[in-house]
Amino acid sequence: MAEPLAAAGNAGAAPAPELLTTADGRPLRAALAKAQTRARRRAFLLVVPLLVFVLLTFLVPIGYMLQRSFQHDGFSSAAPALDAWFAANPKFDPANPPEEAYAALVDDLKRMQGDRTTGIAGTRINYTVPGTVSLFKSGARDAETLTPPFKQGLVATNPRWAEPKIWLAMAAASHNTTPEFYYVAADYKLTDNGWERGAPNERIYLYLFAKTFLVSGIITFICLILAFPVAHLLATLPMSRASLLMILVLLPFWTSLLVRTSAWIALLQEQGVVNNMLVKIGLVADGNRLAMMYNMTGTIVAMTHVLLPFMILPLYSVMRTIPVSYTRAARSLGATSWTTFRRVYLPQTLPGIAAGSLLVFILAVGYYITPALVGGADGQLISNLISFHMAKSNWSLAAALAGMLLVAILVLYWIYDKLIGIDRLKLG
Amino acid sequence: MTAAATAANDAAFVEFDHVQKSYDGVSLVVKDLNLKIGKGEFLTMLGPSGSGKTTCLMMLAGFETATHGEIRLDGRNINDVPPHKRGIGMVFQNYALFPHMSVGENLAFPLEVRGMGKDEREAKIKRALDMVQMGQFANRRPAQLSGGQQQRIALARALVFDPKLVLMDEPLGALDKQLREHMQFEIKHLHESLGITVVYVTHDQGEALTMSDRIAVFNDGRIQQLASPADLYERPENSFVAQFIGENNKLPGTIEKLEGDKALVRLATGEMIDATAVNIREKGQQTLVSIRPERVEFKPSMMPPGAHTIDAEVTEVIYMGDILRAVLRVAGSNGFVMKMRNTLGQTRLSPGQTIKIGWDPLDARALDPM
Repeated sequence: MAEPLAAAGNAGAAPAPELLTTADGRPLRAALAKAQTRARRRAFLLVVPLLVFVLLTFLVPIGYMLQRSFQHDGFSSAAPALDAWFAANPKFDPANPPEEAYAALVDDLKRMQGDRTTGIAGTRINYTVPGTVSLFKSGARDAETLTPPFKQGLVATNPRWAEPKIWLAMAAASHNTTPEFYYVAADYKLTDNGWERGAPNERIYLYLFAKTFLVSGIITFICLILAFPVAHLLATLPMSRASLLMILVLLPFWTSLLVRTSAWIALLQEQGVVNNMLVKIGLVADGNRLAMMYNMTGTIVAMTHVLLPFMILPLYSVMRTIPVSYTRAARSLGATSWTTFRRVYLPQTLPGIAAGSLLVFILAVGYYITPALVGGADGQLISNLISFHMAKSNWSLAAALAGMLLVAILVLYWIYDKLIGIDRLKLG
Repeated sequence: MTAAATAANDAAFVEFDHVQKSYDGVSLVVKDLNLKIGKGEFLTMLGPSGSGKTTCLMMLAGFETATHGEIRLDGRNINDVPPHKRGIGMVFQNYALFPHMSVGENLAFPLEVRGMGKDEREAKIKRALDMVQMGQFANRRPAQLSGGQQQRIALARALVFDPKLVLMDEPLGALDKQLREHMQFEIKHLHESLGITVVYVTHDQGEALTMSDRIAVFNDGRIQQLASPADLYERPENSFVAQFIGENNKLPGTIEKLEGDKALVRLATGEMIDATAVNIREKGQQTLVSIRPERVEFKPSMMPPGAHTIDAEVTEVIYMGDILRAVLRVAGSNGFVMKMRNTLGQTRLSPGQTIKIGWDPLDARALDPM
């Protein structure tokens, strides 16, 4: 044999290496570390600006936002007397709170009226029990004139003050930290008996999560089917023509997202180009035009177009490295072109498929503008709901939903790492 | 060697019949190729890059289509037969072992696509791996093997399905010199023991000379000469072959006298030398006389009687171990090389010395001036 496997044979027999020292007697390891420290420090200085930038503009805001998802002091800071009473009586009966609790409540309502914090406190309770802002506002006005016994007096002004869920909500809101926003985001409702799962037709958030993941999956699949031949063409064409085609692929990147989306509206709307053409050639009756815009179809079509380059580029970068001799070898060994593709070419493109799919899927899950513009009522995704809650300044619920989305994506990423290995990820 | 060469003339196993190939419709990469390869022959296509040799191989394998002409395998026209139905084994320069399959799976691939049963498959894989002495490597991945080992596996994969014809496209190009020479020997040995027909493409003339029954020297889309290694080296038919194969001294001159294949050539400085006319037609024609450095003599006792000698001035002597290489100034031009065996009794020349050199007229070949 020309090449004996030398390395494998000697490794076991080699004696344990003695501690080496440099010529002047220092341990070799320490000398090496010292020699490298300077270079490492210089390298670190080079990345400092980016590190600071990422920290300030990315990690800190995200951390702050996520903090909002489980921290809210709107009620606890406005109602110190109740805070103290709830702290002293953690196991009170929400169905029948004692007189001292009502006394603390009235005390706090009076303070809120003076501090003008009724709105903030009411909104905080309103997050878990809808329709309580007005209850707090009128309660704070009435509290001025109330005399003991406060329980009877307050309930007389509005019977809702006796509802157990109001008391449960106030007890939870007396802590700064609360998982309640996550309960709401997971479609749980605060009832008089505590947190309960909402009726199936009321589970909008989980339904929307499922729908978002399903639609993202569909978009990822369509992107893969469309991108694979294009990437292959790009990888096999001569360089000059490949770069021309690459420009066409990248063209969407250089066009404003709004312009691109508007172009789809012009194409797909009821009086749009596609429908007009279909009517003209008689495939579709004029009164029965296809609804391809402002529904899920519109969202899928427009998002597939926007995200396609993110699939093509990783695929292309992987395919470019597969020499033509592999497929030729397979053909010369007797494989048909289909077998060659299935058994030789496709397996080698897997890292690209995985990278592109992961990228497109993650981008699709968080997509906002396109569904907002072309989705109509039916084509909205979870991001649209997050933005809706932010606009309604229920930041905590928006943050809780976004937090769940983040966790879901991290889980996907983890699965990807387990199955394929993140080091095999090739992007562009 | 001679048996194979005669077989080529009787029943050609592979035949290129007036084959032409153009990629751009403007120029021809292969110009009117006619070549017959006998069964069991080891034929090498040798030439500089861009000479059309690889294109010919790819046409034979089915990856390129001939623009004109016919390619026949075992008497059957294979122009329209797709590559996977040709049953030709092929070894690629970069080995082309499938990286996502183990060595065993790589070898099983051609057998699986032929629908062979598991037992038969394993027997064949074992036989093929043993053939290249890689029996214990079946479970390795190609990436875990060295270049030489990958080359052996590629060879085994091309042979495992018992093809009658094996094509090799510069298979040893990526190996270091020592390993390359070792593999040349092994491939040659496999060829002899299996009785397969091999078409081998290389630009390395040493490789071609060592391994081949016959060599087709390609240049500019044409076969310049098709001959056995010894004929090619000793009797080149034109200046291109003379210069491409081995080292050669060129002396430009004019034909002074022509009798049959005996020519008398007058060099630019007026000296006369004897030469064998090869592709020379008439007196007065310009010619390029080519002489191998190892056939040049400077001791009168070693020269054939009556041979013309000419003066030469030693400009440089290079010590190369097994040989001594003298660079001479002959007939007014520098760079004439003479090789001498490094023996104990060898005369040591020194720069500045003037000697008389000569050679057997059979070794001086008067060729076209290019």
